Amino acid sequence: MHFSITNSPHTDRPNSVVENMLWVIIALVPGTIALTWYFGWGVVIHMVLAGVAAIAAEAFVLRLRRRPVKPAIADLSALVTALLFAVAIPPLLPWWITLIGILFAIIVVKQLYGGLGYNPFNPAMAAYVLVLVSYPVDMTTWLAPRMLDPHPLDFLQTLGVIFGQGLPQGMTWDAMTSATPLDVMRTELDMNKMISEIRQSPLWGDFGGRGWEWVGNWFLLGGLILLYKRVITWRIPVAFLGGLLVMAMLFHFLDQEAYPFGLFHVFSGGTILGAFFIATDPVTASTTPRGQLIYGALIGILIYIIRTWGGYPDAVAFAVLLMNLAAPTIDYYTQPRVFGHREADGE
Amino acid sequence: MSNESYGRLIKDGLWSNNQALVALLGLCPLLAVTNSAVNGIGLGLATAAVLTLSNATVSLIRNWVRPEVRLPVFVIVIASFVTAVELSMNAWFHELYKILGIFIPLIVTNCAIIGRAEAFASKNTLGRSIVDGLAMGIGFTLVLATLGSLRELVGQGTLFDQADLMFGPAAAGLTMSVGAGYKGMLLAILPPGAFLGLGFLIALKNVIDQRQAAAAEKAPATEATAQPSAG
Repeated sequence: MHFSITNSPHTDRPNSVVENMLWVIIALVPGTIALTWYFGWGVVIHMVLAGVAAIAAEAFVLRLRRRPVKPAIADLSALVTALLFAVAIPPLLPWWITLIGILFAIIVVKQLYGGLGYNPFNPAMAAYVLVLVSYPVDMTTWLAPRMLDPHPLDFLQTLGVIFGQGLPQGMTWDAMTSATPLDVMRTELDMNKMISEIRQSPLWGDFGGRGWEWVGNWFLLGGLILLYKRVITWRIPVAFLGGLLVMAMLFHFLDQEAYPFGLFHVFSGGTILGAFFIATDPVTASTTPRGQLIYGALIGILIYIIRTWGGYPDAVAFAVLLMNLAAPTIDYYTQPRVFGHREADGE
Repeated sequence: MSNESYGRLIKDGLWSNNQALVALLGLCPLLAVTNSAVNGIGLGLATAAVLTLSNATVSLIRNWVRPEVRLPVFVIVIASFVTAVELSMNAWFHELYKILGIFIPLIVTNCAIIGRAEAFASKNTLGRSIVDGLAMGIGFTLVLATLGSLRELVGQGTLFDQADLMFGPAAAGLTMSVGAGYKGMLLAILPPGAFLGLGFLIALKNVIDQRQAAAAEKAPATEATAQPSAG
């Protein structure tokens, strides 16, 4: 038998930025296909639009800053930001809102703070919050999933709607659009309905909304790919989902008719996408092992708090941004002890 | 300090030592009321009036106020003028007065005003203090007006909306709009828009200063004798 002999060091080569970003893009594929399947071509159109805009914006700013353009474009980070933004927005959003979001993400949130590695906030989520706060009506106009929509738009019709041609003859917004499951749950709970009553509607599947829960599942598959390829570690997603689940189950246990059960929260809105793709952003997340657990858990808890008592039905973006702000402090207090140093120095 | 020219004072107030863009004083009213051009101009002019009057008064009494009690005295002087301005606005610009609300009495706490009283008026003659107050006040007003116009334009798609509140019914025609199809960007009107907008304005000022400095360095021989203009 032949043993290959190599010199030390025997450590494995860590993933490069490009490799990581490439795996993130690959891992987004299943979820994107599911989104397209349930909600039509708008997702793909926005991905292309956002991707082109992000790369153009990045190249433009780097040129202004007199930095080399090529390596920064080739590391794919702008593209990942664009794709994450595109899967988070409603599929029929007008094109210029996507453009505003992406320009804000790349120029203000990323490049003005110094580019990749220096941005304190997740660019995709900051942009999402910007457009959500600025254009609340457009940002909450979601399509009904495929099985609840009798006349889904084809590719060209979708393109027409996004680029301002208006709806095809004989179609109305009211017939096509539908509030997101989280939205419906929130509104009807505010009307003092009971959950068993709310869930009578055909909008609901096993856990979350019909269609929605499956999108969640496919993003989960992508997340597992990322874990397997060691692009992300288990700590943030597990703590994130754990924090959310513990809160949700606790309140569900207290009052089953006023607080939806835990898995509803996990498979609704952007939870899975947030847990595996967004909260794990290596630049803006906490970096110490213990810190990542705290960071993830607090995002989960914040999501539950904002969803249940706050002003917005899906809270992933707000929770992530708030914890981005806290990440340096968390890191400061969770520095692992350097080997050889005493536990409590100076106490 | 006292041998600075009046031109220098004016340039300082409008540009080089602009209270909003350089000293970053008075940010609370600056950020809070600049959601439209008219609000910005209204509060700006009120602040400028108080600043000029308080500078004049502080300069007149500067030799009689003991240093130990100067701050309370300055604050009382400023508060008196703010009260006067507030009552006048309530009388003659009642609608605008209702919109600006608490921010008119809060001019008392605008640190730009006590800052000028302490740093300038308490050490300078009456004429110079008045010029300084006017220049600083107008510089502050210009920033408020610019930021207000920008936020109104982006956030609402209009310019000088409700101008009649300030300049009388004849000015109602001043209101401009970019068109009915424009969807306002709500964020610009909300508080974050103020922070972002002010950040961009400060950045713009710094860029202009850098460009001028670079240009002056390139051609020192020809520019050296020229008066620095209030670009």
